[in-house]
Amino acid sequence: MKTKTFGMALLATTILGGAAMAEDVTLTIESWRNDDLTLWQDTIIPAFEAANPGIKVVFSPSAPAEYNAVLNSKLDAGSAGDLITCRPFDASLALYDAGHLTDLSDLGGMANFSDVAKSAWQTDDGAASFCVPMASVIHGFIYNKDAFKELGLDAPVTEDEFFAVLEAFKADGNYTPMAMGTNDQWEAATMGYNNIGPNYWKGEEGRLALIAGEQKLTDAQWVAPYATLAKWAPYLGDGYEAQTYPDSQNIFTLGRAAIYPAGSWEISGFNGLADFEMGAFKPPVAAAGDDCYISDHTDIAMGLNAASPNAEAARTFLDWMGTAEFASIYANALPGFFSLSSHEIAMEDPLAQEFVSWRGECSSTIRSTYQILSRGTPNLENETWGASAAAIKGTKTPEELGAELQSGLASWYKPQM
Amino acid sequence: MSQANRKPRFKWHIVVFLAPAVLVYTAIMIFPLFNTLRLALFSEVDQVRVFTGLDNFRTLFGDPRWSESFWNALGNNFWFFVIHMVVQNPIGILLAAILSHPRLRFATLYRSAIFVPTILSFVIIGFAWKLILSPIWGIAPDMLDAIGLKFLYAPWLGKEEYALTTLALVSVWQFVGIPMMLIYAALLSIPEEVLEAGEIDGVTGASAFWKIKLPLILPSIGIISILTFVGNFNAFDLIYAAQGALAGPDYSTDILGTFMYRTFFGFQLQLGDPHMGSAIATAMFGIILIGVCIYLFGIQTRMRRYQF
Repeated sequence: MKTKTFGMALLATTILGGAAMAEDVTLTIESWRNDDLTLWQDTIIPAFEAANPGIKVVFSPSAPAEYNAVLNSKLDAGSAGDLITCRPFDASLALYDAGHLTDLSDLGGMANFSDVAKSAWQTDDGAASFCVPMASVIHGFIYNKDAFKELGLDAPVTEDEFFAVLEAFKADGNYTPMAMGTNDQWEAATMGYNNIGPNYWKGEEGRLALIAGEQKLTDAQWVAPYATLAKWAPYLGDGYEAQTYPDSQNIFTLGRAAIYPAGSWEISGFNGLADFEMGAFKPPVAAAGDDCYISDHTDIAMGLNAASPNAEAARTFLDWMGTAEFASIYANALPGFFSLSSHEIAMEDPLAQEFVSWRGECSSTIRSTYQILSRGTPNLENETWGASAAAIKGTKTPEELGAELQSGLASWYKPQM
Repeated sequence: MSQANRKPRFKWHIVVFLAPAVLVYTAIMIFPLFNTLRLALFSEVDQVRVFTGLDNFRTLFGDPRWSESFWNALGNNFWFFVIHMVVQNPIGILLAAILSHPRLRFATLYRSAIFVPTILSFVIIGFAWKLILSPIWGIAPDMLDAIGLKFLYAPWLGKEEYALTTLALVSVWQFVGIPMMLIYAALLSIPEEVLEAGEIDGVTGASAFWKIKLPLILPSIGIISILTFVGNFNAFDLIYAAQGALAGPDYSTDILGTFMYRTFFGFQLQLGDPHMGSAIATAMFGIILIGVCIYLFGIQTRMRRYQF
């Protein structure tokens, strides 16, 4: 009898449990951040599920380089997840225009973001916002503090100091002065050209003038960064032409290189790998006391798949992403991805603090090629990759590169014609 | 008489036997092929697909930027093919000739060892060779150093002038087993009597290979050439695995396959354009078709066959 009751009780729990399971809504997140898989699974998703019983979340990333292609195919086939991680600007705008992303302007959590933060995921007239901003990344240089101490060097502020430091490391011979390769091309553009460039074209001023057609890529302020990049070549390691991005990361974290042209997204990875003290300095300016500009690039956001059958649950999740709780979890679990929300977030990582402190000293801008200018073919961002790599390798002169990029842009962008 | 007048009965069993292959082949090959050809005639304007006729091809061959990329990719593709023809196939034939030598020991071991790379994934090949040739972790610089030839080393995959040739040679290394196996099989099927008859007439050793064996395996060499041609002009995987979709440095390793992929699916900030991509795929199809036709009608039909 007793066993029978117990058996019945067991049976009842399975039925009830089954019923509860059936009510659960499962949300799937599409993302290119496969590095963050554990963070989502162990920290973010449990925190959300604890606060919102009945909603399960699955984080399903694909490889960064293939993300856009994979996502577009999935959306067209109707097999994409409920929540879509948004690339900034045109890639997401195209998805919105194609009806794949929902207008989220009326979402409560959106009130916690500034207009600048939202600008990367809005229609050109700003009428509709279609992704909840998550984070921006800041460019600069990470350096090996121990190596600098060994040679008695200080973090450079001006360009002359920067090259003096590189020269000192080269003369010493124990360290590769700077860890970067041109094999994958994008580092040359992203961590090279768009890292040091804003100091030349004066950040937003130059970027907006380029979009308006008032400046050209053949102008001195857009060509000069290529001339500076060309001067990097002697300080990169042997065979840098075939050095890949992971190679550079490894060389630096193994302590074999002194300086690493970086984006703040490297911080969390480097913290786990490097056993020396790291510091960061911002892109050097021409002369001490000059105004400085940094690339503080709106990089990642989250939108709602218009075809999602679980739109209600997905909205709940997106709303939660606007809270201070999410911002704090995200910014601290991923130092280097700086929250775009207006909440005050305390960050513990010293390197991340260093990067974010530049926001107070310098004017922020975003990567020059991302807004509007990469809408056509040839694509200015992709062309800039090739141009920056060519500048470092010295296969073309800065003036040739400027002329090439300008003619490519002018071939489809009206204000530049 | 009455039999000859009777209408021949329709042979249903032929239809039944052919049906599975025809259906599967139609669904996964013929339909997608023609759909791609059709897609090349459309374009997307304001989210709507519109018929534009041959406009995509006009852009591809007429617009200086598109045509430059196209001819660059085609030229690279030809170089890729030439390397295979002058390196892979002669080496394959040589290996087969050595392997078929009756007094060679461990022939099976060599045969398997040389054939193994063929069945490996492109991703593994691309990654392994990238590491081997890496200036930082690779064993290539150290090995050259050990024999005093360090000055010959260059970061091959990162230099415009060497990258494509290097990748072509990696591909040769991977696929040399295929011509070797085909020729090996052809060599084994040459009857002993023919060789013996030659021996009696004083044709032995190397001249037996050139005068008897080579003419007999020519049809196999023809097949290998056409397989190499089709395989090379459809190639994509190795370049993508080793150099990525931008086929760096500076598009020097860009072949038709990577060019098509980049256009069709998009890359980084560049959005995919399925219609333009289809136009490139159609051009690839045309090139391969022309190549195969030249072989079939120009070479195959003139080739002499020997019956034993």
